Amino acid sequence: MQLSRPARIALRAAAGLGFAFIYVPLALVLVNSFNRDRSASWPPSGLTLHWWSVARENEGARAALWVSVKAGLGATAIALVLGTLIAFAVARHRFFGRDTVSFVVVLPIALPGIVTGIALNSAFSTVLEPLGVGLGMFTVIVGHATFCIVVVFNNVVARLRRTSGTYEEAAMDLGADTFRVFVDVTFPLVRSALLAGGLLAFALSFDEIVVTTFTAGPGIQTLPIWIFDNMTRPRQAPVVNVVAAVLVLLSVIPIYAAQRLSADTATSSRI
Amino acid sequence: MTSLPQTAGRSPVRRLAGTLHRRPRLRLSLLLTAPLLWLAVLYLGSLAVLFVSAFWTTNSFTSEVVKVWSADNFHQLLTTPVYRQVILRSVGVALAVTLLCAVIAFPVAFYTARIAKPERRPLLVVAILTPLWASYLVKVYAWRLILSQDGLADWALKPLGLSGPGYGLTAAVIALTYLWLPYMILPIHTALEQLPANLLDASADLGARAGRTFRSVVLPMVLPSVAAGSVFTFSLSLGDYITVQIVGGKTQLIGNVVYSNIELNLPMAAALGTVPVVVIVVYLLAMRRTGALSSL
Amino acid sequence: MRLTPTLKAAAAVAVLLAATACGSSDTGSSASTGLNPPDLKAQSKLGKTEGQVNLIAWAGYVEDGSNDPKVDWVSDFEKQTGCQVNSKVAASSDEMVKLMKTGQYDAVSASGDASLRLIASGDAAPVNTALVPNYKNVFSGLKKGAWNSVDGQMYGIPHGRGANLLMYNTQKVSPAPTSWSAVFDDASAHKGHVTAYDSPIYIADAALYLKSARPELKIKDPYALDQKQFDAAVALLKKQSANVGEYWSDYLKEISAFKSGDSVVGTTWQVIANLTADEGAKVKAFVPEEGSTGWSDTWMVSAKAKHPNCAYKWMDWIISPKVNAQVAEYFGEAPANSEACAYTSDKSFCDTFHATDESYWKNVAFWNTPIEQCLDGRTDVKCVPYAKWVQAWTEIKG
Repeated sequence: MQLSRPARIALRAAAGLGFAFIYVPLALVLVNSFNRDRSASWPPSGLTLHWWSVARENEGARAALWVSVKAGLGATAIALVLGTLIAFAVARHRFFGRDTVSFVVVLPIALPGIVTGIALNSAFSTVLEPLGVGLGMFTVIVGHATFCIVVVFNNVVARLRRTSGTYEEAAMDLGADTFRVFVDVTFPLVRSALLAGGLLAFALSFDEIVVTTFTAGPGIQTLPIWIFDNMTRPRQAPVVNVVAAVLVLLSVIPIYAAQRLSADTATSSRI
Repeated sequence: MTSLPQTAGRSPVRRLAGTLHRRPRLRLSLLLTAPLLWLAVLYLGSLAVLFVSAFWTTNSFTSEVVKVWSADNFHQLLTTPVYRQVILRSVGVALAVTLLCAVIAFPVAFYTARIAKPERRPLLVVAILTPLWASYLVKVYAWRLILSQDGLADWALKPLGLSGPGYGLTAAVIALTYLWLPYMILPIHTALEQLPANLLDASADLGARAGRTFRSVVLPMVLPSVAAGSVFTFSLSLGDYITVQIVGGKTQLIGNVVYSNIELNLPMAAALGTVPVVVIVVYLLAMRRTGALSSL
Repeated sequence: MRLTPTLKAAAAVAVLLAATACGSSDTGSSASTGLNPPDLKAQSKLGKTEGQVNLIAWAGYVEDGSNDPKVDWVSDFEKQTGCQVNSKVAASSDEMVKLMKTGQYDAVSASGDASLRLIASGDAAPVNTALVPNYKNVFSGLKKGAWNSVDGQMYGIPHGRGANLLMYNTQKVSPAPTSWSAVFDDASAHKGHVTAYDSPIYIADAALYLKSARPELKIKDPYALDQKQFDAAVALLKKQSANVGEYWSDYLKEISAFKSGDSVVGTTWQVIANLTADEGAKVKAFVPEEGSTGWSDTWMVSAKAKHPNCAYKWMDWIISPKVNAQVAEYFGEAPANSEACAYTSDKSFCDTFHATDESYWKNVAFWNTPIEQCLDGRTDVKCVPYAKWVQAWTEIKG
């Protein structure tokens, strides 16, 4: 589109403001991790590395991080399998209720976390407890996977829609069987979509707090829950700021790596 | 040696593959069984049980759920003025957040998808996604700090003779907009990036100015994506109760009211919970007509 | 909550009446409410420890060094008893009740607005205090309170206590307030900068103020309000709400609000007042002339405990003088064990928190769970039960 110079400048400026809006609070988190005070204030009364060294020794945060990673990986794995299955069904088949399926997939993320949380909580406690299974890591993963399915589904189904079935048909004509086609043709086609979907699923699970609150059992403390518990402890708030700053800095790596890996940036990420 | 391919041809795997190929219904049911069990039985089943419990009551002292059928909770929901207020306020907040997100997201997405140099675009997408990894709570507390008295907002606005909004409804809208903004930028970015350049050229060749091309070509093709993003911004805002607790002053949204009832009166919480569910389902159905759900 | 012996007896009678009136909760009768403790037996002796224990606690009550290596009283417990501790932090009394109902936890550090509910629903078991050697040194003001015992039977082990104080910014609020009227009738002087505790139990603070401000209402106990008294308290809070900047529920929120000046007057806890002052804010906190409400936490054992012996060991451990001193200092509350004061690292700690000053606590009405049978002994009226308090709180906030 041929944009006039003023229009371009205006758009650039607006985009700049947008990015400023996104990054000023993040920068503040970073600055705050060096703030001398226990409860943050603006402007900081002084800068210190003290909280960084305190945070380094904080086992609780490290343990919670590990729990979050495990929960995230578990939920992402389930979401990848289920999301991909639904995507293939919806994109490659016509059947009664197809629209409903893609509608139901969206529900877990669209409905309030608090509703999903209490629904799963009461279901788990009525169904699992008589079996002697309490709330724990397993229930957290199940809860997270439920709302992560949609991001995998969206990414994969979008890719499948854009690549019609002709490649697969060609492979079949050449004698490959269904599985062979999947391994050699279909999977490479959707690989980057899986990566983008998986990454987003992991991010969703990693930062989830509401559903986790209602599905975690004793001793299961994910990083957001740890942050929530420690945010309300005045002695710990600065450590939380450090943890948050570290998360922001670290997050660039997986996202950037994923962007590099997926050659096709057009569908880089769909939520 | 020569018989090898033949035996392979009759191998169970190969036979299964053949069966699957010949019977698409079987293939479909294999694809759908596990996910549907998960979503329909586990998820929708739990929801259904919860909403049935909205018709029960509780012992007012022990908070035990008493399984006696009654529509009292819904009656209360419809007749208590404070619930009506809270519901209207929540929907208003969700709409305001969605609108703000769309307004902020469009120029950002347009820049990252069409104006920025192509080799820079992946980096910009990373820049949009990064905030999603910073903890939700930390971001909200950052906003608490920004909007506090003599905080960053007051400090920055002072030279202009203005002051920040302080804690309250406005603060909640701003913080929620911030939280869900990436969910709006990404779909718009994707849509704009996929916009065929020759379509725009054609529009220009036919004499349309940028403004006209925008209205007649860009906007109609991007709208489904805006609708897709709005599904997130709208529904995530409608269900939120933590942000408003932190920056909302004394504001209550529907999530807070549900939350305050969970432990003491689960049936009432369930009844209150039906409100955002109904609103969101209606919203989703409306958005589906725009094709939003397939461009999520 | 402080009750005279007569009132206590009356309350016990009321409780018994309720118990006989409504039968077993298992029958699912919906009409009746009231304290109805199922007939549970306290453990008579301790058996072998089970190797682990699941606890629900307020943030800061169960610290194993993972948040701060210097703050750790769980590791030694684990070493000594062989009971591995799994803890879950609860954000509110309501959440504690909810978690206890799952039956997955062995013990909980319940405040008075949760403990009676746990007793009534049969989720908390009576406690045999003879099995908790350190119990003998607990301050008498904490033993057999209306919030942690029924008919003389303890349902838990007291952990510590605190009063809900009035905090104000010494620079912005003058003259210095002496009465709760600063946040009620005179709140408009600081419109938009008044703060209050975000919980239905805060209605009792308004009732406490009305008790002296409007004697014609004849409020005796802020947790036993008949409809008229309750309506007056709610009306007062609705009026207050117009002047409230925000309600607080966690430390950080209140500290940051007082530090920045978003809040200048409102309820607080001693620990928050200390920390706010440490941060350089000019604040003062005190018990106003009307007295105040307060909280007293009690460790209770679940009736469905899978690890009851470890739970008993834990209760004895947490109120042992040294540990009780440690947890009280970390959390910022008056310890329950009278010998704990000798072990605090800050020698003036117990004075700051009035730990041994029983006359100070006489002015403090500890949180209790309001029920239909008036806790102050009246039998001619029905009191407003807690569920109604919750609903009213939603309406007050608007």
